[in-house]
Amino acid sequence: MFRNQYDSDVTVWSPQGRLHQVEYAMEAVKLGSATVALKNKQFAVLIALKRAVSELSAYQKKIIPIDDHIGISISGLTADARMLSRFMRTECLNHRYAHDAAMPVGRLIALVGNKMQICTQRYDKRPLGVGLLVAGYDDQGPHIYQTCPSANFFDCRAMAIGARSQSARTYLEKHLSTFMDCDLQELVAHGLRALRDTLPNESELNTKNVSIAIVGPKTPLRVCDEAELTRFLALVEGEERRGGSGSATGDAGPAPDRAPGDDRDPQVAVAMDTE
Amino acid sequence: MAFMGDVLNPLPLWQNGPTPGSFYNFPGNASLGPVGRTVQDFKAHSANPITTTTTVIGLKFDKGCVIAADTLGSYGSLARFRDCPRVLKVNDLILLGSGGDYADYQYLKDIIEQKIIDEQCIGDGLQLKPKSLHCWLTRVLYNKRSKMDPLWNNYVVAGIQDGEPFLGAVDKLGTAYEDATIATGMGAYMATPLLRDALEKGPLDEESAKALVRKCMEVLFYRDARSFPRYQLGVVTADGVIVEEPVELKHDWTLAHMIQMK
Amino acid sequence: MLSVNSNFPEYAVPGAKQLRFEPYADNGGSVVAIAGEDYAVIGADTRLSTGFSIYTREQKKLFKLSDRTVLGATGCWCDTLTLTRLLQARMQMYEHEHNKAMSTPAVAQMLSTMLYYKRFFPYYISNILAGLDADGKGCVYSYDPIGHCERSNYRAGGSAGAQLQPLLDNQIGLKNMQNVTEAPVPKDKALALLKDVFISAAERDIYTGDCIYILVITASGIQEEKFELRKD
Repeated sequence: MFRNQYDSDVTVWSPQGRLHQVEYAMEAVKLGSATVALKNKQFAVLIALKRAVSELSAYQKKIIPIDDHIGISISGLTADARMLSRFMRTECLNHRYAHDAAMPVGRLIALVGNKMQICTQRYDKRPLGVGLLVAGYDDQGPHIYQTCPSANFFDCRAMAIGARSQSARTYLEKHLSTFMDCDLQELVAHGLRALRDTLPNESELNTKNVSIAIVGPKTPLRVCDEAELTRFLALVEGEERRGGSGSATGDAGPAPDRAPGDDRDPQVAVAMDTE
Repeated sequence: MAFMGDVLNPLPLWQNGPTPGSFYNFPGNASLGPVGRTVQDFKAHSANPITTTTTVIGLKFDKGCVIAADTLGSYGSLARFRDCPRVLKVNDLILLGSGGDYADYQYLKDIIEQKIIDEQCIGDGLQLKPKSLHCWLTRVLYNKRSKMDPLWNNYVVAGIQDGEPFLGAVDKLGTAYEDATIATGMGAYMATPLLRDALEKGPLDEESAKALVRKCMEVLFYRDARSFPRYQLGVVTADGVIVEEPVELKHDWTLAHMIQMK
Repeated sequence: MLSVNSNFPEYAVPGAKQLRFEPYADNGGSVVAIAGEDYAVIGADTRLSTGFSIYTREQKKLFKLSDRTVLGATGCWCDTLTLTRLLQARMQMYEHEHNKAMSTPAVAQMLSTMLYYKRFFPYYISNILAGLDADGKGCVYSYDPIGHCERSNYRAGGSAGAQLQPLLDNQIGLKNMQNVTEAPVPKDKALALLKDVFISAAERDIYTGDCIYILVITASGIQEEKFELRKD
């Protein structure tokens, strides 16, 4: 049986210069259901697909409000996300307490990045197994950030993470140029279409499995209630589904071209950025 | 009588023991004093300012704010330091004036300047706003007062908050307020009436606001015994912050002979 | 010569002869709150002073904590600023944890706890909390500086509290009167009475004056009102 000798803990480098534990953590993000974030000139929007563990259970919450001007959508280990969201809430409260102003989104993300980095460098810790999409609004307008377990974070115009999110990203890339100038309704519709592209053929978006959060100028972060969800879902109802074929398998996942018993390191599609 | 020894200051009964007629202080008992002891007993705290500066004046006009303060550092009644500038450009949005203990001001000034440098190093183009600094000063001064170790200062924060002029004050307790006119120290008694009176008569523009503040500095120089004829004036508008070089106040004592001293 | 400090250090009172820094200030101000069947009104003057000088004539001393709770606070202004900032942070934490806004009785209890937490270095504030309770009825809670809390229908506090309260006792509580029938106070009467008692207070108390800032809390939201007082 193949066994990797360089993944015993996060402090061990592989001869190729990679940290396997961190890369495994990146895989955890792809296990969560998909979530999409996008923005126009004024608003930032989070749209998430909720999953229920079983018929008996409620849908797992995917969007967590951080402050009046910041919200996050999670994919991966929910428990890790709770820890991170508590940290982010505390930072926002402290900033408000000391400066009587909302925390700038970019600065909060930098703090989160620093916090997440620590556990990628210590033998007695493990990387957080969660990816975040952060939507926020501050003096510089709306922001979308993506954070990874590798402690990288990216300032995005639109992004999707989670299971089968490659289809959503394909959709977002295709329509990226139209986002900036469209209105809020169209923006949410784009997000819903992108999210729908991650669904298997037999399932549909509905008010139970979709969460939407909106933030913008003079619009404190609001997680939409059912009435508003119904209105937004009506925007894309009955449309022809685009690349919704079952072939979209999300992120590339474990590389299929690897022969069994191959003694190379496992190939992970999204490696750590080394810039 | 020599055998009785020194009756008024008897020797101890044994080495390091009690003297006749006195209580014995058992070693190590010093820390078992009354429970009401405060932190003051363990650490020296400032109970009063040392080198002091006097009034700061702040005034709002239609497009910004002006702050003025003289450059004297007094040592009690001694006019000891003649060049103590205390109108500070914090960043392009904020002007800060200070009165009270000059060392405490210099201490906090260093912290504020470092805060601004740290912010510039982040490089996201965001700048500290006057309301934020005002609030931050409130927290810092309140925390120090709660430790019974105050920074003995009055601060006047002037600036542009989202395009609008901002003027606020914080004292050594962390008492904070915003107003269109602010004068601390002796200025509260002598400049405030002049400033409020002028403001009641109508809105001010930059030139009239500066002229009014200069008039206040002159009045204060004649009556405040801890004032000085050399003062600094700073202006903040949407165009940025300008702190003028210290100017000399023209004073005229020819009318002094009119005053009848009893 | 025997001296307490050098001969009997155990009996010396620490700091007794030191000139100590005074951490409190009296910045004056008065608050009045009246609760009715389906509303609560709360008013505070806008004068912030120290000794014989007025810091500012337009300091609002009412804090909208939620859309059904308002806090009026007077006394040591630096303590007020700190307490209300802390209160707002604690309320947001509650909202995050429980996914709902805090009710007025919940805020009232938390405020009491927060004040008592500083029992031996108190916030020198006279707090009055007004709002609507869970049933939509008006309520007023009043506090002493160390956290004693009491619910009532009307309360005056602050520098002119002792002058305002008897007037309210008579006019709203109908105290010391014979042959009176108790009836709920209509909103207009409460508002008019609030202005009247402040006019009287401004005549006698130098720390009360300039303006009253009034908030009327009803189920439909919070309305603001300003009313001028004498400015001398």
